[in-house]
Amino acid sequence: MFPLFGTLQQKFGAHVQSMHAERPDEVYLFISDPDIRPIVEYLRGEFEARLVAVFAEDRCSTEGVFFNYYVFEQKDNPQYLIVRAPVPADDPRFPSLSAKLPAANWQEREIQDWFGLTAVGHPNPRRVALHDNWPDVHPLRKDFPIDTVLPPFEGERHIYRPALGEGVFQVPVGPIHAGTIEPGHFSFAVAGEPILYLQLRMFYTHKGTEKLFERLPIHKAVFLAESISGDSSFSHGTAFCQAIERAAQIEVPVRALIMRTILLELERICNHVADIGAIANDVGFVMANAHGSRLKEMLFAANEQLAGNRLLRGMVCVGGVRRDWRAWQVDTLCDTVEAFAREFRDLVALIHSSESTRDRLEHTGILKHKIAKDLGIVGVAGRASGIDLDVRRDHPYAAYPRYSFEVPIYQAGDVWHRLQVRIDEVKQSIAIIRRAADHNLQGEFRVPVPPIPPNRCALSAVEGWRGEIIHWIRTGPDNHLERCKIKDPSLNNWPAVVEAIQGNIIADFPVINKSFNLSYSGTDR
Amino acid sequence: MFKILQKTFSTGIVTTAYPGKPAKISEHFRGRPSFDFEKWQDARPAEDACPTGAISVRDNGGARKVTVDYGLCVFCGLCAEASPDHAVRVTQEFELAVADRRSLVLTAEYTLNADGTHRNLGTVHHGFSNLEADIESVGRKAHEKIQKLLGRSLSIREVDAGSCNGCELEIVALNNPIYDIERFGIHFVASPRHADMLLVTGPVTRNMELALLKAYRAMPEPKLVVAVGACGISGGIFGENYASLGGVDKIVPVDVYIPGCPPRPQALLQGILLAVGQLREKRFDEYPNK
Repeated sequence: MFPLFGTLQQKFGAHVQSMHAERPDEVYLFISDPDIRPIVEYLRGEFEARLVAVFAEDRCSTEGVFFNYYVFEQKDNPQYLIVRAPVPADDPRFPSLSAKLPAANWQEREIQDWFGLTAVGHPNPRRVALHDNWPDVHPLRKDFPIDTVLPPFEGERHIYRPALGEGVFQVPVGPIHAGTIEPGHFSFAVAGEPILYLQLRMFYTHKGTEKLFERLPIHKAVFLAESISGDSSFSHGTAFCQAIERAAQIEVPVRALIMRTILLELERICNHVADIGAIANDVGFVMANAHGSRLKEMLFAANEQLAGNRLLRGMVCVGGVRRDWRAWQVDTLCDTVEAFAREFRDLVALIHSSESTRDRLEHTGILKHKIAKDLGIVGVAGRASGIDLDVRRDHPYAAYPRYSFEVPIYQAGDVWHRLQVRIDEVKQSIAIIRRAADHNLQGEFRVPVPPIPPNRCALSAVEGWRGEIIHWIRTGPDNHLERCKIKDPSLNNWPAVVEAIQGNIIADFPVINKSFNLSYSGTDR
Repeated sequence: MFKILQKTFSTGIVTTAYPGKPAKISEHFRGRPSFDFEKWQDARPAEDACPTGAISVRDNGGARKVTVDYGLCVFCGLCAEASPDHAVRVTQEFELAVADRRSLVLTAEYTLNADGTHRNLGTVHHGFSNLEADIESVGRKAHEKIQKLLGRSLSIREVDAGSCNGCELEIVALNNPIYDIERFGIHFVASPRHADMLLVTGPVTRNMELALLKAYRAMPEPKLVVAVGACGISGGIFGENYASLGGVDKIVPVDVYIPGCPPRPQALLQGILLAVGQLREKRFDEYPNK
């Protein structure tokens, strides 16, 4: 368990101000100055707490300060501890954690770029979320209007660190890539074939999403949440609706929770089966990809039948789900899942029978456990490197408490094991859907939504197919939000690609990248 | 090896007969909402529900103008749920690609009632009357153009100019064994220098504007640009803001617009084939020097 307030007071005195449980699983600790380092050290040292997210909020107009929020979790404890530290508007600086806690690296730099608060002592304080040639603006400050027209670009987008030495070359790739994927720039430093170092430049698809959440009324913002990352439409939509439901104390009917669970698992297997095929494809096993994409299409047809949309869009809503299922729809779903399960067994057998595929994937793109832990890697990539995290089990939501399932954990951290995690998870998901769809679905599928009370905070977490999705909101007046923080697992995991690629040959980059399959849009927002 | 062949034979041919035959889609699929303008007594609830502003109501004195823009529509169906008079109905139509952006917009004019509802339908502009919905003839025409102008193949360069990756999922699906776009001699290429068509998803972000322009300029003539999805057409739910410039045609000239969020693979196919049908041997000076 997390320390009690009395214990914290004894240790830190007036540094800690107050502590309250907004909800049983969401505890806030308010501290009195921006320096959170001793508390972080204490929580990480004595309580083995993991830093889940770092983000900021502009409260200058109401409370005269900015706030930084640090979200922590603990093994076997469903609570989130959220430490709130004020950052004064007239001295907008806060001490950086990144040197000791690399997981905070990009998140602190986001706060610098978007709020204009300086992370003092950050080992690499360059811009991350705004490109270098952006003017000096801080879009998430309240005094920055969303429709500001910025002047044309001048100068370099980003200066990459030079890679020097005899026979060392820099290979620039992107932002437009060879395949049909999202944009981002990779600068490889190579010595012959092996990659010495990869520099990433993301945020090409930054489209002001978090700012836009502050402008849209809540019922419309659900659709924006579905557009954070298209392949995780339902997970992000659910995370958002859950946040509103928690803030407004809306009790979602069990039937709706079960339906959400089924759809969350469908989204997971859709993406996993496509990735399994695509990983095999990237080492030349094209036939596996043909079957993988065929199986995905099978599930997309099921999605459409259940939600009216192939990506499950327009299904989740605040208070439940938007449409009910008739018995035959659930029957069709069960038939599809059984047919899928048979086909999936064949696909896995095909891949496992191909020695050359295994040979190319084993020991390729290794992400070591220690590095994964330091970088705060989550989801599939984390579980393949021994990081035992799964929001479904650790912070149960939807109808997951009703079903038992295993969380596959491997230590090797190579592409093969990231593939294996996906295979295992598909099997678990099939089992969950079987039980959930077997459930005698009765009762309401949505409840009416009361007016959303203003000035309530809520944290919501969902295990998307990539990993931990975090939404944090503060409600405002008139069905609007004051702030909506979105954290897609991709933001955590991009630095893992940089680590896993080192020493591998550039020709293996596509398969290594695919084995992480991170969302650019989810990262860039 | 034997297992692979065995699986191939037992699976058989899975490729869809579309566009030769109509697409098999679920009856639950949400396609184009259709509007019975004569029956519609109040467009305000639909306007209030629409997440992207595809439905807008402008009152001027005693007159009301209702605009429906399929270029913004995300096909959520909330407008139908919000309109109790059954004037709005969700259909299963998805073949919505057009060459003229204006034909995605419908307008109707009304006289305002004292209680805020409306009556006396004035004029209706049916943008969709120009729609080339006959997919079979579109397919035939495209086939002829591919034969004549493009040396029997069409090369597409896809550019994600800022999308949420939803459109990318469906574009990638065009290459799967079900939709198998290569059966039309259409394939995706790695470089705009090899491409006849730029297939662009949006919204175009401030950060992708230059990359999109460079890709467009790198293409050989004649070239086509297809804007994909609500965001590619208009900016969609993101619209225009400090980081998003809006639709693709803000940056490069667009030949065909494909509505959807995202457009399903058959809708993409219809749009791509429609664009090929538009192709003629354009002269260089017809292109704005952007």
